[in-house]
Amino acid sequence: MKKIYSRPQSLYDVVTHYCPGCGHGIVHKLVAQVVDELQIREKVIAVAPVGCAVLAYDYWNFDCTEAAHGRALAVATGIKRMRPETVVFTYQGDGDLAAIGTNETIHTANRGENLTTIFINNAVYGMTGGQMAPTTLLGQKTTTTPHGRKEQEGRPLKISELLAQLEGVYYVERVSLHTPQQVINAQKAIKQAFQNQIEEKGFSLVEILSPCPTYWNCSAQEAMDWIAEFMVKEFPLGRIK
Amino acid sequence: MAKMRINQQKCKGCLLCINVCPQKLIEKDDKINNKGYTPVKSIYTKQNCSGCCLCAIICPECCIEIER
Amino acid sequence: MKSNNKENCFRKVLMTGNDAIAEGALRAGCRFYAGYPITPQNELTSYMAIHMPEYQGVFIQAESELAAINMVFGASAAGFRAMTSSSSPGISLKQEGISYLAGCELPAVIVNIMRGGPGLGNIAPAQSDYFQATKGGGHGDYHSIVFAPSSVQEAYNLMFAAFYLADKFRTPVMILGDGMLGQMMEPVVLHSAPLEFSENIDKPWALTGCKDRNPNVIRSLYLKEGALEALNERLQKRYQMIEKTQQRFEEDFVNDAQVIVVSYGAMARIVKSVVKKLRQRKLKVGYIRPITLWPFPVKAFNRKKTTVKYLVVEMSYGQMVEDVCLSVPDKKKVYFLGRAGGAIPDTGQITRKIYKLLR
Repeated sequence: MKKIYSRPQSLYDVVTHYCPGCGHGIVHKLVAQVVDELQIREKVIAVAPVGCAVLAYDYWNFDCTEAAHGRALAVATGIKRMRPETVVFTYQGDGDLAAIGTNETIHTANRGENLTTIFINNAVYGMTGGQMAPTTLLGQKTTTTPHGRKEQEGRPLKISELLAQLEGVYYVERVSLHTPQQVINAQKAIKQAFQNQIEEKGFSLVEILSPCPTYWNCSAQEAMDWIAEFMVKEFPLGRIK
Repeated sequence: MAKMRINQQKCKGCLLCINVCPQKLIEKDDKINNKGYTPVKSIYTKQNCSGCCLCAIICPECCIEIER
Repeated sequence: MKSNNKENCFRKVLMTGNDAIAEGALRAGCRFYAGYPITPQNELTSYMAIHMPEYQGVFIQAESELAAINMVFGASAAGFRAMTSSSSPGISLKQEGISYLAGCELPAVIVNIMRGGPGLGNIAPAQSDYFQATKGGGHGDYHSIVFAPSSVQEAYNLMFAAFYLADKFRTPVMILGDGMLGQMMEPVVLHSAPLEFSENIDKPWALTGCKDRNPNVIRSLYLKEGALEALNERLQKRYQMIEKTQQRFEEDFVNDAQVIVVSYGAMARIVKSVVKKLRQRKLKVGYIRPITLWPFPVKAFNRKKTTVKYLVVEMSYGQMVEDVCLSVPDKKKVYFLGRAGGAIPDTGQITRKIYKLLR
């Protein structure tokens, strides 16, 4: 019998620190699978900013750097401009990319930097204990919107649609993880985003709706269902650019 | 015929795989692993594993391997 | 003027401080510059925009000073000599980035052409960022090596030392100029790298893609118990080595001096002119000019004669004066004269103060 599904070479065989049912674990695997498939493990450099996934270098078997909160795309710009032959990607959460780092996100995209961004949208700040994020839904309870997010606390930020307006942006797709089929779509989008960089097409971003059972206060399956029922309505899936 | 192998020491008992398995071949185990989680285990019924890999795809811990 | 052709290598060229710093950086091997507009250092940024491409380097005008220092972080992490420049308010924005550079043990050069503060301040020269630069403006126990040039030539020269020591000690290095030094023009000899700073330092830790090696990780997050302490101890050992080996200063007329005037940067030029004039009047006055503000040149202050009075003159309300007090046996012998907000202590004030101290 032959192994038809196993751990990718680019993923260390260790237990992660992520909570049970967390989307980060799935996406780490997808990124590692794509890196293996495109045979770029020896050329790829990851930039992991502050967030639950800042420890990604404990799981990926390739070069990686941390970045200050919100500054991953500036760090990635510095790396990519000096080593265009490498494949540089950032792996950012919603707070990092669409709150503190919005300026870097917009201007890096606007410069059309030849980079790949994996954007994990789980509608909360996970690492710090479940606070409101720019993508928190209206009415969604978090530790800083105890009675549900109200409009003057901002509406769910459609950063992907925003970025799609910029000419420097080549590819924007929003995918999800709430079923195996969605996970397969997510992997295709991630592969496309990396492929774009290899073909020097410019800035590619994949937004991934990701479950956070711990701070959505529900089980892993309920989190997946919540994405399917609510998040997908607010953040429609599909190719945006 | 395919075979599913679950690394119970890496499983965190999120149970996502149970719901996606079309043949219902996965169940909660009753013992606790060394991280303190209750892992899942594969069970043997009339149905057998078709190697569809849905369980491995959804698994956040990458602790399920499929052979065929 | 094509900047890197060889024949003007020993000719004197009239340049501003800002331009000379940029030229020095390029010749010292800086191949990445990210900046953001802020007076009084804008000419440095545009000089890089013009000449960095001649060296096949990368110039980026970033969307903010925050982005600029983090781009420098990236270029440095990739193994290249990288630099940013700004002026006081912009340097405040870069403090977190500088702390990350220190924590990740990454080399980089940060130029601060200081201006009047606090807040928006003005665009006149000042030295009010001394504490920020030497006591670590960002979070955590770290130091940047801090150089304070007092002439356009010295500003050019120090770039070679700055990039070399940054690589050697894997630390951020700051150049503290000010609006006066940045804007004024002086003849400069564009010599190439001095021997002591031209040795190439390899960077096995750099991010280049993990071909034929284990993956490199650049980080400053250490959660495991004792891990961050271990990093800090590694940094502290390095800082002690820097303190022992890199103290730089200039001094004159100090052996028989009753009053020694201590000042740095552009301020020191005015002080020197006063000291020289008073020496002609046979007054026993000398001067010490720290060139490294960190490590502070403590060596310059241990002398047997304990009756010496020190007059510290700064374009601030007294910051380096504290380091002088720490460096002398009796801080009651340390006096201060300072003006800030863009005002500069003038020769008359300094002379009157010295006369008072000599009585």
